[in-house]
Amino acid sequence: MSADEIRTSKAEELRVVNRPLARHDAAEKIAGTTRYAADLALGGMLHARLVRSQVPSARLVRRDVSRALEVPGVVAVLVGEDVPHNEVWVDVPGQTTEVVALKASMQVLATERVRFHGEPIALVVTETEDSLAAACEAVDVEYDLLPGVFEPEDGLREGAPAVHDQGNLLAEWNIDRGDVDAAFARADVVVEGEYATQFVDHAYLEPEAGVAWMDDDGVLNIRVATQVVEHYRDVARILGVPDSKVRVIAPYVGGGFGGKEDMTVEPYLALAVAHTRRPVRMTWTRNESLLARAKRHRTKMRYRTAASRDGTILGQDVEITSDAGAYAYLSALVLLYSSVHACGPYRVDNVRVRSKTVYTNNPPTSAFRGFGGMQVVLGYESQMDELARELGLDPAEVRKRNSLRRGDVLPVGQPIETEVLLAETIDAVIERAGDKPVPRGPRRAVGRAIASNMQSYGRLVWLNDSAAAWVGFQLDGSLTVRCGVPDIGGGQASSLAQIASEILGVDMDDISVHFGDSALTPLAGTTTATRQLLMSGNAVYEAATMLRNQILGAVAAERDQPVGSFEMAPGEIAGVDQNVPLKQALMICRRRNVPIEALGTFYGPKGREVGRELHAERIFPDFTFGTHLVDLEIDLDTGQVRLLRYVASHDVGRAINPMIVEGQIAGGAVQGIGQALLEEVVMQEGVNMTGGFFQYLIPTAADVPDIESVIVESGEGLGPFGARGVGEPPIGPPAAAVAAAICDAVGARPTTLPITPERVPDCIDRGRSREGGTAA
Amino acid sequence: MTQDITVTLTVNGRTVTRAAGAHLSLLRWLRDVADVTDPKYGCGEGVCGACTVLVDGEPVSSCIVLAAQVDAAEVTTVAGLAGADGVLDGLQQAFLEHGAAQCGFCTPGMLMAATELVSRGVRLDRDTIRGELHGNLCRCTGYQAIVDAIASVAGGERG
Repeated sequence: MSADEIRTSKAEELRVVNRPLARHDAAEKIAGTTRYAADLALGGMLHARLVRSQVPSARLVRRDVSRALEVPGVVAVLVGEDVPHNEVWVDVPGQTTEVVALKASMQVLATERVRFHGEPIALVVTETEDSLAAACEAVDVEYDLLPGVFEPEDGLREGAPAVHDQGNLLAEWNIDRGDVDAAFARADVVVEGEYATQFVDHAYLEPEAGVAWMDDDGVLNIRVATQVVEHYRDVARILGVPDSKVRVIAPYVGGGFGGKEDMTVEPYLALAVAHTRRPVRMTWTRNESLLARAKRHRTKMRYRTAASRDGTILGQDVEITSDAGAYAYLSALVLLYSSVHACGPYRVDNVRVRSKTVYTNNPPTSAFRGFGGMQVVLGYESQMDELARELGLDPAEVRKRNSLRRGDVLPVGQPIETEVLLAETIDAVIERAGDKPVPRGPRRAVGRAIASNMQSYGRLVWLNDSAAAWVGFQLDGSLTVRCGVPDIGGGQASSLAQIASEILGVDMDDISVHFGDSALTPLAGTTTATRQLLMSGNAVYEAATMLRNQILGAVAAERDQPVGSFEMAPGEIAGVDQNVPLKQALMICRRRNVPIEALGTFYGPKGREVGRELHAERIFPDFTFGTHLVDLEIDLDTGQVRLLRYVASHDVGRAINPMIVEGQIAGGAVQGIGQALLEEVVMQEGVNMTGGFFQYLIPTAADVPDIESVIVESGEGLGPFGARGVGEPPIGPPAAAVAAAICDAVGARPTTLPITPERVPDCIDRGRSREGGTAA
Repeated sequence: MTQDITVTLTVNGRTVTRAAGAHLSLLRWLRDVADVTDPKYGCGEGVCGACTVLVDGEPVSSCIVLAAQVDAAEVTTVAGLAGADGVLDGLQQAFLEHGAAQCGFCTPGMLMAATELVSRGVRLDRDTIRGELHGNLCRCTGYQAIVDAIASVAGGERG
């Protein structure tokens, strides 16, 4: 903690909130007693595994399970025809039927056609885990290979193979603001750039897993590693049973990052239990996880930026094409995020954005921390740097000059209603970093750069988001919080305890949080979109405040005093003349028929649904702003990049728990560094070549430096105590910052991720020819 | 016939004798046979370190070691670090105070690697700690808090 700092601009007297307390779930995790999804074993439990397509595009000629049924220990082998409703539908918002159907579907188990390498075809259920591999191998699948689409551009060509009957264009979005052509015509300078990002895997340490069983009263229970307990509705639809007959429980999840936002094992566990009436466990191997679970979108971006001589941006013209993979999932929404965030945290009055997401026979792509807001940072920040370079201006100054301010209007039409401290985050990282380091040898070059970003927190406003939480005192004065939030490792549940503790004066140790249960905890929505502190945090804030007012009101009435003369304090109700012990206050409530519990529901900001032509007075609740700085050194002979120093600053509004905030910043930065330098799911003609952690390299402790964080607190967020969300934002800047620092070191900019040692020499060569050899 | 093989291990001080097919990994023997579920399956190929346990004091990736290979050994998992009264040991306490566990899934393996590291009794600077942890992946913390925690116990505290 000592090395990090908090810069707060609004002081408020807080007792528990804003303090770096150990999370209430940490001790069990450190003791090794936390039971994750795969750690549960039930009597008579069966095991299940999927038979997956070995080819990216084919018609299924034959699926024969007879040999598999002969394998010792096999209990059942299920195919698509065994699924009551073998289709999962997703909305494709904002699109008209001129583009594609408004909804897209995929099968739970493919019956006639497979569209990607790894697509589920059959489900085997066995007595022991040992039988799974043999059973899967004994399912005979015959393929009639079909031509595939492996590049989005190819998919849009006339006569391209159709990944889906309705065409390969899944969704497109347009933004038009001001007069872009006029802006370019009067510009002093125009910079252009093309940027490309790769398929990225979430690579959480916990593979997809769950255990399911049938209750005595006919309710199917699925205890699963998920970010979304509300998938119980999707499971019910697949089984053809009422929603009330399916319950999803999310235990502590071993990392999510968006990868456990869509369903993974849930439908298969449900089918296996429905079919066998016995408990079933399914754990995906790492290979399956890398092969078949949705990835971050590979994205190509073309930017043209017009500016005046002093660095003021006059206009921006952006084209984005993303690879939607084989099925829709959330690709249309991810692309919407890319489009809305395309100009970054800058005021641009003349904007044109054209974006498309295209079906291919690559793995599906969907949610990943940043949700489309991450890829475009590489685009808009590289443009800022090129602009600064073209004009001979300081990159930090160009950013500050163009920074959004309260009252500015985003390209999409939404005014910024909260204070923006982007410039403060820029100053913070530069101040903190001090002098730029010098190379440690003659064949080395050192570079420094900053990158800023903005990232929405909270869901799109037309989704009518809400979250509920229940807070209740026990008679002994301890407190129970019930909230449907899944805790995926970001301290989601612990933060709720901290908020309740602040308002009700109960010690953190005396608070229990029950979370992530679709049947027994009030639904709080998904742990996605950096929304839970905003949503469930405000729900607990509201419930705890109601409860406080109920108790204070009862005590005041009992003592015949004005309500304002009492307040909650640890263990007691503090009054002007005398204090009332908490337990006594609770008895007063019971005697006076005042509930000692409260249910709070928080409703997010609302707005109208957008169409394909994106224009809205409000599209997101609010945004989080930040800046990262990196110093790095390049070995000019090998192309090896070594990060020397990394500083990250975000305006988080108010840090409910600074230790959690720092953890999010450090973790997000390192995950972003991985995408910058190391990570890629490699596809060859639709065949996934990345089968394990030997091929998919995420950063180790030795690959990254300390992440120094500077927390800026404007107090301007929409969350409890003025908090902004910080889950996704820190993954935005790293790739752009690293690319820019490499450019600073060698004189030419990498524009394709990941920037592996194979790609660095090209930058060195280009830099040499551009600068006349000074870089080397 | 492989079902006839039994393996006896001392797990966290408790002697356990259980069947072990000749192909059964130590990780699966611990988790599925001996009901010791704190070591985690993360990759199954000895890369991620989530399954790290100490075998006779040495850290091993239990997913790529056969149970039969280590017959009669003493195995320590993270559940064996706390005292009998459940009180966390010094390193665990440091993990708690520094916020070194987020999702917590890498933590059981990370703590075992760190335990062995600290047990060497030498002063460790941050770069050394980072280098020594290369076999234990974490996707949540950025390693920052983990290095802080280990450094607080083993020397190279940040200024």
